Amino acid sequence: MHLIEAQALNGLALGAILALVALGLTIVFGLLGFANFAHGALFMIGAYAGWIVYSDTNNFFLAIPAALIVTFIVGLVIERVLIRLYYQRPKEDQILVTYGLAIVLVEIVRAIFSGQTKLLTTPAWAAGIVQIGGIVYPQYRVAVMAIAAITLALIYLVLFRTRVGLIVRAGIDDAVIVNILGINVNRTFMLVFALGAAIAGLSGIVDAPLVAVNPDMGTDLLVQSFVVVVIGGVGSFFGAILGGIVAGEIMSLTTAFAPDYSSVMLYVAMAIVLILRPKGLLGVEGRA
Amino acid sequence: MDVKRTEFLKTALGAGAGLSLAATASPWLSAAEAAVGNYPEGTSGSSIFVGLLCPSTGSYSADGEDEREGYFLALDDLNNGTGVMAKIPSLAGKKGLLGKTIVYKVADTETKPDPAVQRATEFITQNKAIMITGGVSSAVDIALEKLAQQQKVVYMVGASGSNDTTGKDCQRYAFRSQLDAYMVAQCLSPVLVKAYGKNRKAIYLTPDYSYGHSLTNSMRAVTEKLGWTTVADVVAPFPTSDYSSLLTNIANSNADVFINIEFGNDGISSTKQAAQFGIMKKMQLVIPNISTYLPDGLGAEIMQGVYGTQDWYYTLEDRYPLSKIFVEDFVKRWKNRPRWTAHIAYAQTAIWADAVARAKTFDPVAVIKTLEEGKPLELMLGPVYYRAGDHQQVRPCPVLRGKKPSEMKAKDDFFDLIEVVPGEKVMQPLAETSCTMPPYL
Repeated sequence: MHLIEAQALNGLALGAILALVALGLTIVFGLLGFANFAHGALFMIGAYAGWIVYSDTNNFFLAIPAALIVTFIVGLVIERVLIRLYYQRPKEDQILVTYGLAIVLVEIVRAIFSGQTKLLTTPAWAAGIVQIGGIVYPQYRVAVMAIAAITLALIYLVLFRTRVGLIVRAGIDDAVIVNILGINVNRTFMLVFALGAAIAGLSGIVDAPLVAVNPDMGTDLLVQSFVVVVIGGVGSFFGAILGGIVAGEIMSLTTAFAPDYSSVMLYVAMAIVLILRPKGLLGVEGRA
Repeated sequence: MDVKRTEFLKTALGAGAGLSLAATASPWLSAAEAAVGNYPEGTSGSSIFVGLLCPSTGSYSADGEDEREGYFLALDDLNNGTGVMAKIPSLAGKKGLLGKTIVYKVADTETKPDPAVQRATEFITQNKAIMITGGVSSAVDIALEKLAQQQKVVYMVGASGSNDTTGKDCQRYAFRSQLDAYMVAQCLSPVLVKAYGKNRKAIYLTPDYSYGHSLTNSMRAVTEKLGWTTVADVVAPFPTSDYSSLLTNIANSNADVFINIEFGNDGISSTKQAAQFGIMKKMQLVIPNISTYLPDGLGAEIMQGVYGTQDWYYTLEDRYPLSKIFVEDFVKRWKNRPRWTAHIAYAQTAIWADAVARAKTFDPVAVIKTLEEGKPLELMLGPVYYRAGDHQQVRPCPVLRGKKPSEMKAKDDFFDLIEVVPGEKVMQPLAETSCTMPPYL
């Protein structure tokens, strides 16, 4: 039956975005042990940075690096000035300070750009439809899945196949030893946070053609991304992907067949995972 | 952590204590002057307070910003005796209202009923508001109506399109000016049938709350009578940002007209995603109620040829002189042209102020009775007045169609005005509204 396959495909596309957003979160949460509630605001900043470049140049391929660079820098600054002071503080303090930071960032954007939704149309090269099997499907969603897959592959390579990635992973396991070995862990942490922010920014610009670009666009996504991280397992790279796909499928299929339950089902799934397998589907004991 | 909740509890307890005190004290007061809500207490000084509720966050925040700008202009014009206010006979040549300055404050409704009611309650109990106004979203406005009735403070409804606002949820203390779903369906459907023919198959995308169902059901009733068939009513959770599952169903149906009831940012996301699904390549898009910044968020390419209505549109300045003044003053102050939630804000403030001035008192019962008299007041849509039976304003219905990008004369010149249908022709018969008005006291 075509419709179920189409809905499953929707779940995959939705899951791709969720996986991307959750990846940024889980890297910071899992690797730095830091709960970053400003993640949604960084997503939104990426969308706005990309929008500025896209409305000037009409070139989406310039908008993406713009989003990455801007949120990377914002991440660096935030880490140096604020986050660094909170690594040893309890989780509640981290949540409070990043939640406050999120409000400040959103209101700054609102003050500069106003609350009006910004025009960001689907890039021309992905504005059509594609035939998959017998189903009609938007090109842009396929593009989103492709971008997500490429990004995830690149990050995997960095984390698991480079020296920098090795230091990062070692630093998580035991920061003290890494420090003793003469490696600057602080700088590594700063880069990791900025990387998490950059991924959030990338998700923002990638999602922008699908939704309304406005200062609050990251707020709802924040909750969903935390749920994805919990389902997939904190700190697990593959957990973010699996969690994203699972969440995407749950949301798509319930919206299609039982819309009244769509908001609830995601949390039900999270509750089930927490009860049956508290560390998440692919989570590792320890850090969080 | 939750500072707001403790504040709300304090306010609620305070309100409860205050109300019970007022209730026990009222026999003593009635000898002198019966206290109704915040009257006469809120008028004892040289100023009175008006509470403004506008969403600055949430799905309808763009409409909220426009609405807020309309209120600020209206209340400042009232205080200074300028602008459209100065052209109203009962207010001309005067500053303030009945000799009092109007102090006002705005609070964020978050496009949700609970924060709206919480903040409106603060305005009523702490600031002694003589009038509250605003809200975008029928869910918010219906909740505020109930509060107003309970607290005996006049509420001039902001933006609300559901039939229920002056239907099953009608309140003595609330007055709604926007076209309701019934009126939209009545004035838009004949235009659609003339443009697209009689044998069309329509499919609806409906946000799952009062306004959504109201508008869809009204549109269905009229279009089906005119010969169209409804393929399906696809209901979306409200609010939401991903419509892919629902649009897949729509894209795979055999409909040829896509009627999108979604509003605000949800309207923008759902239409953008529908365009990506190629839905507008095989179906005509209709947006019965076009939210204020929808065309800006979608772009003229998507909006061209789309039929819909709005409460008011700036090219009406060519028909109604007060619209011209309104637009000029608004542009001078805010550097951009007003949209229709700003119009509602200004018009509602004006019609309330006019009623107060003619009743020569702030006493809500007298003001309500004055509004119910239904004496037409010339405003930005020509003469408008309230129907006593349900407090729905009788006013014209502007039908619009999106312009081709090449024909746009300005950045915000998105629409051609197709027709302005007189209000009396499209009002729902009172007997059908299921409104039973609660008492004055």
